Amino acid sequence: MIERRPILDAVSHLVLIIGAIIVIFPLYVAFIASTQTAEQSAMSPLSLMPGTEMVANYKTVLTQGASGNVSSPPVSRMLWVSLVTALVIAIGKISISMLSAFAMVYFRFRGRNLFFWMIFVTLMLPVEVRITPTYQVVSDFGMLNSYAGLTVPLIASATATFLFRQFFLTVPDELAEAARIDGAGPLRFLKDVLWPLSRTNVIALFVIMFIYGWNQYLWPLMIATEQTMYPIGIGIKTLISGGDSAVEWNMVMATMILAMLPPGLVVVVMQKWFVKGLVDSEK
Amino acid sequence: MEKRARFISSWLPYALVAPQILITILFFFWPAVQALYQSVLLQDAFGGYSEFVWFDNFAALFGDPTYLAAFQTTAIFSVLVAVGGMVLSLILAVFADRVVKGAAIYKTFLIWPYAVSPVVVGVLWMFLLSPSLGLISHVLAWLGINWNYMVNGNQAMTLIVIAAIWKQISYNFLFFLAGLQSIPKSLIEAAAIDGAGPVKRFFTIIFPMISPTTFFLMVVNIVYAFFDTFAIVEATTHGGPGKDTEILVYKVFSDGFKGGDLGSAAAQSVVLMVIVILLTVIQFKYVEKKVQYA
Repeated sequence: MIERRPILDAVSHLVLIIGAIIVIFPLYVAFIASTQTAEQSAMSPLSLMPGTEMVANYKTVLTQGASGNVSSPPVSRMLWVSLVTALVIAIGKISISMLSAFAMVYFRFRGRNLFFWMIFVTLMLPVEVRITPTYQVVSDFGMLNSYAGLTVPLIASATATFLFRQFFLTVPDELAEAARIDGAGPLRFLKDVLWPLSRTNVIALFVIMFIYGWNQYLWPLMIATEQTMYPIGIGIKTLISGGDSAVEWNMVMATMILAMLPPGLVVVVMQKWFVKGLVDSEK
Repeated sequence: MEKRARFISSWLPYALVAPQILITILFFFWPAVQALYQSVLLQDAFGGYSEFVWFDNFAALFGDPTYLAAFQTTAIFSVLVAVGGMVLSLILAVFADRVVKGAAIYKTFLIWPYAVSPVVVGVLWMFLLSPSLGLISHVLAWLGINWNYMVNGNQAMTLIVIAAIWKQISYNFLFFLAGLQSIPKSLIEAAAIDGAGPVKRFFTIIFPMISPTTFFLMVVNIVYAFFDTFAIVEATTHGGPGKDTEILVYKVFSDGFKGGDLGSAAAQSVVLMVIVILLTVIQFKYVEKKVQYA
């Protein structure tokens, strides 16, 4: 605090409260709508008081799927697909990036620079710019409608590789020398020395990558054509495809709340690591 | 920087990089080469017929008014999202940097949108702004504004801009806050002692000091608006009304995947690749600068 300015302090809080309201209001409305009956949630204007149907609505979407108008799998199934996808993507990205960063920092081998540049160039090829040919490859491998198709093509990660490379470079050389003198091989050194040292980096990256995996949309839209392999995002899209009158907004909103709870909790509960991961992965 | 301590093995390093490199070749390089190759071919949708046509696809693309319109739409959209989002987040970050009490609570609220997926963001705002039952539309009607994004192109653009900004608040806010907190307090104290008030201090010290963060966020936000907002458009306007909100990524998807025009979609992908490469180069130039001056 540089100086005392009570009026400015009050203004600060006011602005921040308005900011918080901008962020929270849409979420609050979604939650309220999810507790009402279909008729109430389709009323204009919507009541901002919670309805009575909360338990019933959530139970319905979780066990039977959202509505009679549009056929959709139960939300519990879609949440499961999203969870598996997000976990495989996050863990996969972290493991293969750690291994390749380890190779590049602790070994000198032919082609090292080439590999480094190959990984670097992937930064410039987001899935959005190579949609059709990548879809072709996945379909040629017969990976449509499978967890492998939903995850493996997204697992390569230049950012995570660079982050681990950067971190390994700061690990003192003496540790590797000591390990070598004690007769530990490279894999033993990776497992017993580098892995424990990297733990905070791993957790921070995990939070970012989990959210990345959970929130994928364009990719599953192409790969998951069968309802049983829909992640939650695609499920929401099909729920609202029926047009204004056919949509049961209370069920849609219950599905949306369930869709944002897992990544939301990860961000809020692991806030410290989340901020670290966000800042680190952009360096 | 190089390590002095190394391990020696003729095969292990290759085994360690193999998974990453294999996935990179199969799902990045091979499709990218395919896109380049298809962009100079004329194909029917079923792959039965193809002919080498040099740069005809590109010529057709840049002679196509709908493509140029999509370019313009994307430019307007990304400038609005980047500038709007950054101004809003900077204001919040500046005040959050000031307050002591309750700062953690505000921060917890403001990071939530990062976790919400773009499709959910799209549907949330569509619900609030739906012409027939949206809560905000109701208020707008009461104010005498005729709101219907389904027929009014500018209103459709407003809808996707609001949704895209809302989603990006957390990211911009956290980076601005980190930038503000890294400014040495002694600088600001010195200015305060010399009699500079908060507003003057902001424009003469704080804003210039965070200009690297601002520039970095500008690039990141443009990339975000170009590539990560597909789901928002897909969930809300479908590029409509007409083609008023058809951004480039949405057009690649609808031409190539839904329309089956592979040559044009491939040429569009190549144009997008060039854009990403340019933006990445700009971003890394900036990172180098930061390292030099730090």
